[in-house]
Amino acid sequence: MLDFITGPLFVISLVIFVVGMLARIFWYVRGLDWRLERVAYRYHTDRSVPGALASIFKWLIPGGTDGWRTQPVAAVLFFLLHFGAVLVPLFLLGHTVLLERYVGITLPSLPGTLADILSVLSLAAIVLLGIRRMVSPALRQLNSGSDWLILVLTFLPFATGLIARLDTSAYQSWMILHVLSGELFLILAPFTKLSHIVLFFMSRAQIGMDFAIKRGGATRGGAFPW
Amino acid sequence: MSELLCTPTPITTKEGILELLKDKVGAQYYSQMKEMKVDQAALARDLEQTSKSRTRTWLNVCAHCAMCADSCFFYRTNNNDPTQIPSYKIQATLGELIRRKGKVDAEFMIKCMDAAWGKCTCCNRCAVYCPHGIDTGVMFSYLRGILFKHGFIPWEMKIGSGMHRVYGAQMDVTEEDWLETCEWMVEEQQEEWPDLEIPVEKEHADVMYILNAREVKHYPEDIALAAILFHVTDTDWTVPREGWENTSLTMFAGDWEGCAQNVKRIYSAIDRIKPKVVVGTECGHAHRATVVEGPYWAGRESGDAPVRFMHYVEWVAEMLRTGKLKIDPAKKIKVPCTLQDSCNYVRNDGLGSATREIMSYIAEDFREMDPKGDHNFCCGGGGGLNGIGVYRKERNVGLKNKLDQIKATGAELVVTPCHNCWDAIRDMMEVYEEHNIKWSFLKPLLAEMIIVPPHIRHNELE
Repeated sequence: MLDFITGPLFVISLVIFVVGMLARIFWYVRGLDWRLERVAYRYHTDRSVPGALASIFKWLIPGGTDGWRTQPVAAVLFFLLHFGAVLVPLFLLGHTVLLERYVGITLPSLPGTLADILSVLSLAAIVLLGIRRMVSPALRQLNSGSDWLILVLTFLPFATGLIARLDTSAYQSWMILHVLSGELFLILAPFTKLSHIVLFFMSRAQIGMDFAIKRGGATRGGAFPW
Repeated sequence: MSELLCTPTPITTKEGILELLKDKVGAQYYSQMKEMKVDQAALARDLEQTSKSRTRTWLNVCAHCAMCADSCFFYRTNNNDPTQIPSYKIQATLGELIRRKGKVDAEFMIKCMDAAWGKCTCCNRCAVYCPHGIDTGVMFSYLRGILFKHGFIPWEMKIGSGMHRVYGAQMDVTEEDWLETCEWMVEEQQEEWPDLEIPVEKEHADVMYILNAREVKHYPEDIALAAILFHVTDTDWTVPREGWENTSLTMFAGDWEGCAQNVKRIYSAIDRIKPKVVVGTECGHAHRATVVEGPYWAGRESGDAPVRFMHYVEWVAEMLRTGKLKIDPAKKIKVPCTLQDSCNYVRNDGLGSATREIMSYIAEDFREMDPKGDHNFCCGGGGGLNGIGVYRKERNVGLKNKLDQIKATGAELVVTPCHNCWDAIRDMMEVYEEHNIKWSFLKPLLAEMIIVPPHIRHNELE
């Protein structure tokens, strides 16, 4: 059982994740339409490339944009969640071992304590984001099942992984739950709002290009001052 | 009146416009709209063909994080009403329309119309605050296009788009009216400016000037002021006989075919006249329709207009910078003043620095609004909202945001180089009974403070 879920099932879910995400990127780019969107995608690369990159990078930096700065609480929670959610799955020692065994990619690994801290912070952020969702009238209006689904899908692998580390008496059971929830995350990611793992970059690049090519890039000196 | 006034067919005749105008405030039009049948199959097809990956991704990945909420002046002025969050507004309308694959009734389409024109001015400010780069204003503009095609648009937008299609102008200004106005304005100025001209269709002029039909119809002195400023700067300029109007109510209406007609009319004037530069008047949406979006409607894949276009503020900034326009220091604006950034040429065309350059020459006590420039708020009347009677109440509530911004600067004068902003600010002063704040276009301010070069014949009038 353990062999199956850490072996073939892991590989299958990884393949679904990677192929699914690549497909999302492919269909996104293929579905762009200069005429309908009124953006000259193929022209003005001198402006569009810096525009796309600035639009991505500025939003990846905490406090890098007016948007982040005007809502510091939400911004802190997003970044706390995403530091852990990006770094831990990729660079935790156990994960890098698995990746090396099945995919042959060797990644550096995070010190265990740092990974623990990041995981705890991410979990705290998920809980606080959940509370924010329930408490704020604005968010209550917007909430949908698909928003909760991705919070739960992200919460489970973190929670089960941490408990496995703490509750050594039932390590194996928690580990099975951890691997399964991680695989559920990987399998569902391309089909849910988790697809923003790649589509964030696509959408940001697109709007960055739009502003840089058409909406003032030439007069503003390239990228929009996000 | 038994005619069918509300149909999905665009207005293309004078008679059609007159019929609609006879229907006071569109009462019959709107009552017919409630009974109009939605062609669900055609709607589904239109959505399928035009709602591509960008729109669908935006709708799907929206994290409902509400970071766009506070970026919207409607949300702020409606006591943080959650139904005014940009994300909610678009999900409940376009999002729903796509999820239901067009299987909706007239009631739902009217709800979409109320949101697309009464709750969004397509100012694109929310796009600047969305972590995922979702531009709800763009999606509302797209929704307007869908609604136009299926006949669910405000009465004034239907008339406005018809005016463009019939007269080539947002008002019933014919070519004859236009040329007569030019002649009349020159005559009016003869005494003060004996050598003033408005050259029509002068080939290879350096500048081709295009403007807003409202100036011709309601404040022709604006044309005279433009002529004076071209005259004192020794600009070799002309106006086209046809293709002189660069506003686009068709853009506000979502009438993309009409948009293409408008912009092609201007571009063909360029073909005839072959100017080096086209200068457009002080108008935000006209600039956007002709320069920012226009090339695409005209089918230009590079997204560029056929020649260099300048918004009036760019031209003025250049004239001041190069010393062709000189300001009498004694006549500079003395009172505290502020500047309204039009969304359509500032956030959407990066011209905020040009306007500030102008202010540095003409104002002694210039005060910025907060926020400003690319992050400034819509005046509250953009996107056609100023002209739509049925949403007047909604607009007036929204105006409060800009009024608060202006009042916070302590300014007594607002410089507004855009017709829509000018209207919105005029109206807010009236609605909120503010009598100590004035507002003005650039031209009348400049005309008062320029130093007339000695080689230009000029008679001071009493």
